[in-house]
Amino acid sequence: MRSSLGDDGAVACCVSPMLLGKQMQFFGARANLAKCLLYGINGGRDEITGEQVGPTTVAVAGEYLDFDDVVDKFEKMMGWLAGVYVNAMNIIHYMHDKYAYERLEMALHDYAPLRTMAFGMAGMSVVADSLSAMRYAKVRIIRDKTGLVTDYQIEGDFPQFGNNDNRVDEIASWLVSTFMNKLRKYPTYRNAVHTQSILTITSNVVYGKSTGNTPDGRRQGEPFAPGANPMHGRDTHGIHVSAASVAKIPFRDAADGISLTSTLVPEGLGRVTEDRVTNLRGMLDAFFGVTGYHMNVNVLNRDTLLDAVDHPEKYPNLTIRVSGYAVNFVRLTREQQMDVINRTFHGA
Amino acid sequence: MSEMKQLVPLEAKSPFELRVNLGEGMPESDVRTALATGDVGFLHSFTTGSAVDGPGVRIVGWTTGCQFRCLYCHNPDTWTLSNGIPVTLARATEELRKYRHGLKIMSGGFTLSGGEPLLQDRFAIKLLSAAKSMGIHTALDTNGALGSRLTDAELEQIDLVLLDIKGWDPGRHRHLTGIDNAPVLDFARRLASRRRPVWVRFVLVPGLTDDERDIAQIARFSAGLGNVQRVDVLPFHQMGRFKWKELKYNYTLDDVRPPSLETVEKVCMQFRAEGLKAF
Repeated sequence: MRSSLGDDGAVACCVSPMLLGKQMQFFGARANLAKCLLYGINGGRDEITGEQVGPTTVAVAGEYLDFDDVVDKFEKMMGWLAGVYVNAMNIIHYMHDKYAYERLEMALHDYAPLRTMAFGMAGMSVVADSLSAMRYAKVRIIRDKTGLVTDYQIEGDFPQFGNNDNRVDEIASWLVSTFMNKLRKYPTYRNAVHTQSILTITSNVVYGKSTGNTPDGRRQGEPFAPGANPMHGRDTHGIHVSAASVAKIPFRDAADGISLTSTLVPEGLGRVTEDRVTNLRGMLDAFFGVTGYHMNVNVLNRDTLLDAVDHPEKYPNLTIRVSGYAVNFVRLTREQQMDVINRTFHGA
Repeated sequence: MSEMKQLVPLEAKSPFELRVNLGEGMPESDVRTALATGDVGFLHSFTTGSAVDGPGVRIVGWTTGCQFRCLYCHNPDTWTLSNGIPVTLARATEELRKYRHGLKIMSGGFTLSGGEPLLQDRFAIKLLSAAKSMGIHTALDTNGALGSRLTDAELEQIDLVLLDIKGWDPGRHRHLTGIDNAPVLDFARRLASRRRPVWVRFVLVPGLTDDERDIAQIARFSAGLGNVQRVDVLPFHQMGRFKWKELKYNYTLDDVRPPSLETVEKVCMQFRAEGLKAF
């Protein structure tokens, strides 16, 4: 952030950096890139309803997904989506200024503020893993009787985002930069500067709900990972490696912020309070030392874990570490989860 | 070696996962060469961001193969060497290199655990030495019984030994692990005479390792060594039960509950009474 905004930059809202009082932002949600990928595969038809939603393009042919072919189709669909998105934002913010101009807030800003228009993307890690599956494993296409591609079968292993593996981390970075460049092709209201965030807050659940099966093995309706997080349980080597993957996402093409959510129990940070403080500080220093942008750290207690048993989708990355043991909490069976809860919070 | 390289995508995943037979495709003669030279090792998995396997935030590599059969083992799939993935020394070193700066910032390092790493003593010491030469703090988590496989010079490559002392009474130790504890205590004394830093790890299992006199003996022994910087009292847990069941091994601790916080604290106090730092 300092490299682009200098020392006066600050996070103004969620993960958006700004020169406070000198900048304002036209904000607007995010685009579901995972669904966009599926539209590319299906020639613009929706994978759930079968309706033609995007422009009519040529759907994939053959028995297996071809990486280059899908990337080509996906890029075209991203171009269309970027156009729709920028124009929708232009309409929204034109009307907003017309009917509800923020006089009071703007009175607190310097004259002629720098305006940004902040776009966003959801499903980054789903797309990265999907493309990785096509490139490094084989993805067999399953169609319904109308020819619509509705499911996939993955044959073989493939690198997954969140393991500090450049083969797939590069795909995530490519996605962020490519979509950003497509957004930049469309002029914005009041010539605002295009920016993008990799942040979903909790909307990753909603986007997931309305997105069909994806070629990474995610099932229809399953939540996406939040923000720039790796998909649930696929970052198998712990928090430091997971964060290293996220730190590679290029800030220049995600200048509205990159969000990583991590969840820990106190015991996961060390056996005594003193160690926990040192270790958490160390983890944060290491992440920001390798161009990490933002990390949301949750250190949880027993009640939260109990909540995670009933609502796993809210805790995708919950890692428990005790006695040298590393566990993704939501992947455990209910019995194991209760075991962890009883053990971790013993006597509490 | 080029032949072996093809066997080694470093896809070792979470230690929580049950892993079997991953190294079975490797010919017997290659396995023997690997063990003798240490150019290839067998790894169950590795993880980063561990805050409970030595000082700071560490990368931990878990090797396969162990001669102990501890009744409370939480990773019985690491007993068998061929359950691990064959990984070349070069590949493992290259992976570690990626994290050398981060580990320094996190005041952490690299811990080699298992399994029993010293069943692959050549690989273990080569990897630890490689880590150390990159400026990474090195720790070896070991049951100590094969400590004599390391030369005095090799001990210098290990910044910290996490030494498991599982029991004092030889009979009870044999019942618990299947092996005598004399070589473990010998190794502890040797580390003391070489002034190598040690953390003692003691797993507290109600009804199995909670004998007060036994613990008092371990505490007195540890304190007498003079090189024990800290004692980790690790409360037993049931996280490994599912692995015993899936491997169809006979698990005898079904009914054992993890020790209460008070019990753990009481045991820590026993160590502290001897002047040791214990958590």
